[in-house]
Amino acid sequence: MPERLVPKSLTDRVWHYCPGCSHGIVHRLIAEVIDELEIQGTVIGVAPVGCAYNNYEYFNFDIIQAAHGRAPAVATGVKRVLPDRMVFTYQGDGDLAAIGTAEIIHAAARGENFTTVFINNAIYGMTSGQMAPTTLPNQVTMTSPNGRDTSSQGFPIRMSEMLALQDGTAFVERVSTHDVRHIIQAKRAIKKAFKVQQAGLGFSIVEVLSTCPTNWGLSPLKAQKWLEENMIPYYALGNIKGKDIKV
Amino acid sequence: MGEKVLMKGNDVIAEASIRAGCKCYFGYPITPQTEISHYLAEALPKIGGVFLQAESEIAAINMVYGASSAGIRAMTSSSSPGISLKQEGISYIAGAEIPAVVVNVVRCGPGLGGILPGQCDYFQATKGGGHGDYHNIVLAPNSVQELYELTVRCFNLADKYRMCAMLMADGSLGQMMEAVEFREIEDIEAIDKPWATNGMGTRGHSNYISSVNVNPDELEKLNQRLQAKYREVTKNEIMYEEVNCDNADIMVVSYGTTSRIIKNVIKDARKMGINVGLFRPISLWPFPYDELGKHASHVKAFLSVELSAGQMIDDVRLSVNGKKNCYFYGRTGGNIPSQKEILDEIVKILEKEDR
Repeated sequence: MPERLVPKSLTDRVWHYCPGCSHGIVHRLIAEVIDELEIQGTVIGVAPVGCAYNNYEYFNFDIIQAAHGRAPAVATGVKRVLPDRMVFTYQGDGDLAAIGTAEIIHAAARGENFTTVFINNAIYGMTSGQMAPTTLPNQVTMTSPNGRDTSSQGFPIRMSEMLALQDGTAFVERVSTHDVRHIIQAKRAIKKAFKVQQAGLGFSIVEVLSTCPTNWGLSPLKAQKWLEENMIPYYALGNIKGKDIKV
Repeated sequence: MGEKVLMKGNDVIAEASIRAGCKCYFGYPITPQTEISHYLAEALPKIGGVFLQAESEIAAINMVYGASSAGIRAMTSSSSPGISLKQEGISYIAGAEIPAVVVNVVRCGPGLGGILPGQCDYFQATKGGGHGDYHNIVLAPNSVQELYELTVRCFNLADKYRMCAMLMADGSLGQMMEAVEFREIEDIEAIDKPWATNGMGTRGHSNYISSVNVNPDELEKLNQRLQAKYREVTKNEIMYEEVNCDNADIMVVSYGTTSRIIKNVIKDARKMGINVGLFRPISLWPFPYDELGKHASHVKAFLSVELSAGQMIDDVRLSVNGKKNCYFYGRTGGNIPSQKEILDEIVKILEKEDR
């Protein structure tokens, strides 16, 4: 019998995510971090609206599914009444950077002591590929068929930089999932964000640049390359706040 | 205990929530209910509870959703325009089957409307309010004493049925000072919540709270379960008051602030030889259809008096089911009808019915 390779904090369920999608990778990283920190019994996740709406099928710990964009408010409610639990939200770019902008900014400003894992794939995946607040200039989507025209459709929002400006924010890092080296860095950042929460230092967020091959119209391999060549120049990788925190 | 104190309605709602075991309050300022948050901002931290002024009504109801999912008694309060913003969250609370207490100190609309009392949110409160097939329990007090008793009841019912219970007051009740006695009226029980997402600990399995299900048969099952629950609530939780109903010539149906005026109209009418009855629904949902409808056998007509353009009148008609004429008299914009206005209306209706 081979050793079970799935983390304790994941179920055995097969992903419903498309081939080449980053959600599965990030789910696994979160589960590994939770196992390593031994917090499976005290962690409560808040699921978004978007492709990961039912991540409670995959995560083997308590999850609350929230309305679109409202995960930071829901997490605030949980963490305020159960301050000794570990709480995190899992949100996409439509959820966090469009409809839920107010909730995330104010959670950060209040220094809410939970962690956010922000999946930025520059498109609305679940609703079939519309322009997101993080869609790049000239990027073709179903609602920017000629490419995002910044003169009429505005500019992509760099949420991490904006959230880092809030005094209540303790830790911000932007990572990527396009190759193994970056995936390992992503896990390190997620772990540190959780430890920042454990230490009670305030709001922590990890923005994960992610692929959506289906709605980008690319193969999984080409999607990884597209992320590297197009997203990283706009969304600089690395720590934005809290680099020197020792946890 | 047992001693009467003079208190403002909104303060009593706040005090009642603490006595009911509410451990956290999330809200956003809006007139005419701000005293609730003033009171709780002081009182909740003293008992180790949480008071948080949210960035919006939307955030506030979702904070309630989070705290309640964690198994803790939670409340939010607002007034009409703010309650509109909460409807998304209330629909999720219904779908996810978690308890919540929402207080609406109703003002007059539509839009930003005005800050004076209204009863114009009756449709929104009793017919769903947000998207989907669901109901909230809606209790309508008509005195400061009842603000206490029904707030406590809202918490108990919300936990019992795992649904949203709404206290529907109005601006004049919220702002009114009246004597209140904080008597032990209901057992405030700690209900076991094995469904709560409070960390799996030694539970041995994970819990999740969700209102989403893309499987049509499973979602239909949820809807059937909700409807069965609503039938159960309807069977068990109807509340109403009857005054002078047995010999009434005409039955006035009224709740909240307006029902107090009717009690005086009854006295005025008696001097003129007219027997007016008052039927006061206390639970607006579930509505006492049968209890009101049975009076169709002996009264000449029904009159719904509301601070609206005519909303509860629809439920009065459903109760009476065509057996007698149903009339409506209402004022809007924050105006309150006088005893004389209502009595004149009653005289007019009876003249018409007697012709």
